[in-house]
Amino acid sequence: MRSLAGSPWFGTARKRRGVVPQMSIAPEEVRKVALLARLLLSEDEVAEMATQLSRILAYMEVLRSVDTSQVEPMAHPLELVNVFRDDKVRPGLAREEALKNAPKHDGECYLVPAVLGPV
Amino acid sequence: MDITDLTACELIAQLEQRQLSSSEIVDAFLYRIKHLDSRLGAFLHVDEEQARRRAAEVDRRRQAGEKVGPLAGLPIAIKDNICTCDQKTTCASKILANFQPPFDATIVRRIREADGIIVGKTNLDEFGMGGSNELSAFGPVRNPWDPDRVPGGSSGGAAAALAAGMVPLSVGSDTGGSIRQPAALCGVTGLKPTYGRVSRFGLVAYASSLDQIGPLGRTAEDVALLLEVLAGHDPRDSTSVPGGVPPYRQLLNNRPEGIRLGLLVDQLGQGVDEEITQAISEAAKVFERLGMPVIEIGLPHHHLAVACYYIIATSEASSNLARYDGVHFGYRTDERAMEEELAQERRLWAEKGLAALPEEPDPPIVRLYRKSRAEGFGPEVKRRIMLGTYALSAGYYEAYYLQAAKVRRLIRADYDQAFSQVAALIGPVTPTPAFRLGEKIQDPLAMYLFDAFTVGANLAGICALALPCGQTRSGLPIGLQLQGPPFAEHVLLQLAYWFQKETDWHRRRPPLTALDRIAAGRGDTP
Repeated sequence: MRSLAGSPWFGTARKRRGVVPQMSIAPEEVRKVALLARLLLSEDEVAEMATQLSRILAYMEVLRSVDTSQVEPMAHPLELVNVFRDDKVRPGLAREEALKNAPKHDGECYLVPAVLGPV
Repeated sequence: MDITDLTACELIAQLEQRQLSSSEIVDAFLYRIKHLDSRLGAFLHVDEEQARRRAAEVDRRRQAGEKVGPLAGLPIAIKDNICTCDQKTTCASKILANFQPPFDATIVRRIREADGIIVGKTNLDEFGMGGSNELSAFGPVRNPWDPDRVPGGSSGGAAAALAAGMVPLSVGSDTGGSIRQPAALCGVTGLKPTYGRVSRFGLVAYASSLDQIGPLGRTAEDVALLLEVLAGHDPRDSTSVPGGVPPYRQLLNNRPEGIRLGLLVDQLGQGVDEEITQAISEAAKVFERLGMPVIEIGLPHHHLAVACYYIIATSEASSNLARYDGVHFGYRTDERAMEEELAQERRLWAEKGLAALPEEPDPPIVRLYRKSRAEGFGPEVKRRIMLGTYALSAGYYEAYYLQAAKVRRLIRADYDQAFSQVAALIGPVTPTPAFRLGEKIQDPLAMYLFDAFTVGANLAGICALALPCGQTRSGLPIGLQLQGPPFAEHVLLQLAYWFQKETDWHRRRPPLTALDRIAAGRGDTP
């Protein structure tokens, strides 16, 4: 049996908790990711997120402890390829139904602010 | 006889023998919900009127000698991340607080066709992201065994409702342990089926390669009854597997003799409560007494499972949750306030640039997305979207997502190797019993590590079941996890069924004192 002393479930995190994580994320990076994720963070939230993500990512470093050079990535448990359905016309969602949960619409379309920015 | 103490299968028998009517059953459970749930918080929505109407309808049909379905007349609760066309589906998120789905999930349709009665929608961690049910935008769920403790999550409402006798059956979803972990902490039985066994059409997506819907009940037999209805191919979910559904309940009678089981010894001992280690070892002896040899076994890469899971799950979540944009459905920020804010920012930017603002003001549509999402999502959902976006972003994709996807294959290979030696694996569900509300809320990583024993089954896509196998000295339930190869649900259910014939942990109910404390919080006693 594998020894429990080396890297048991919780030892890794506990051991790392004391040390300064090597992987640390700067506030500018947090802001960049927040824009990519279409989130808006206050400056306090940016600072908190930087600390928390740094700590979580420091834990993730454990993934690099194993040699995967000969391993194929696994994206999905079933590894299906191309499941097709018959190309038949069938009723879709009625417009009224599709719009009923929209926060703003004119009965035909979703309404949004100016897409091209201020003119 | 207290109706709410009976199992689903016992209730079905009483209904068939005309000892009880569905109306009596539904009334008894609704009474319980009414008296306990304002304090317990297991339900986000209860439709009493519809439940009573459907119960009367089933009674009438049964009276008239019409054929009724396998769940006829039983109240069932559905986790509120599964779409119902007649009740809101909120995912316990502010962003979907008023969302009324235009369709039923496939499993909801199947339950209705089986004449089950959907009484309400249960609370969860927002979008299924959490392990304590404290992360619901509409308030936490409490554990019926001790209202100061968490019921687990994310299907915390589903498990607590069962444990408190508010429903005989409920449906949850499991992305990294969200059925098994609350089942363990609340002392009920819950199954995460094999990926592809149950249609996910109408399940609000969190991490699509990991999500799976599954049944919770008080016994393995009840879980088998409900799984038979939920399982099966669905043309609307291309990841659901074609082919028939085994008669799970009938198969329970076959005692699985002579098969070998593997005890996951690495999951016992260090870092795991002594009482849990003890209870799992006792459970292993029960299986040995039943004629099943138990050998010690390991999953060599399993200590990487939490890191692997949280990269893959958050990456998929960052993509899945992109649909909440404040445009098509769900919450939208106050547009006028947003426009004013932007106008002010643009003035500042024109005058002072970076000296005044950390970044250039967004175009209005981008700000609408960002502000709607910032106001609509809770902190844990934002954290996971951020983590996933980071892991997929240029420069980090290979180090994080791709590496996690490779480790995922190693984890799956560990299971394949183990299942070439044994028919199923036994081990704990959680390292400790239910923790106190607030205990881990400030420490996301500690919360993630609580999932150490459950995430592996999702990464590998195999089936896994949790059932009660003991109690701590302080009276909290301890869960046993059974994991089996793909599509071996019948084996896990048989093991659980025969285990429950030998033990009575599944018959234990939360102490009246705890339930009284819960009811007292509301100011009246049942």
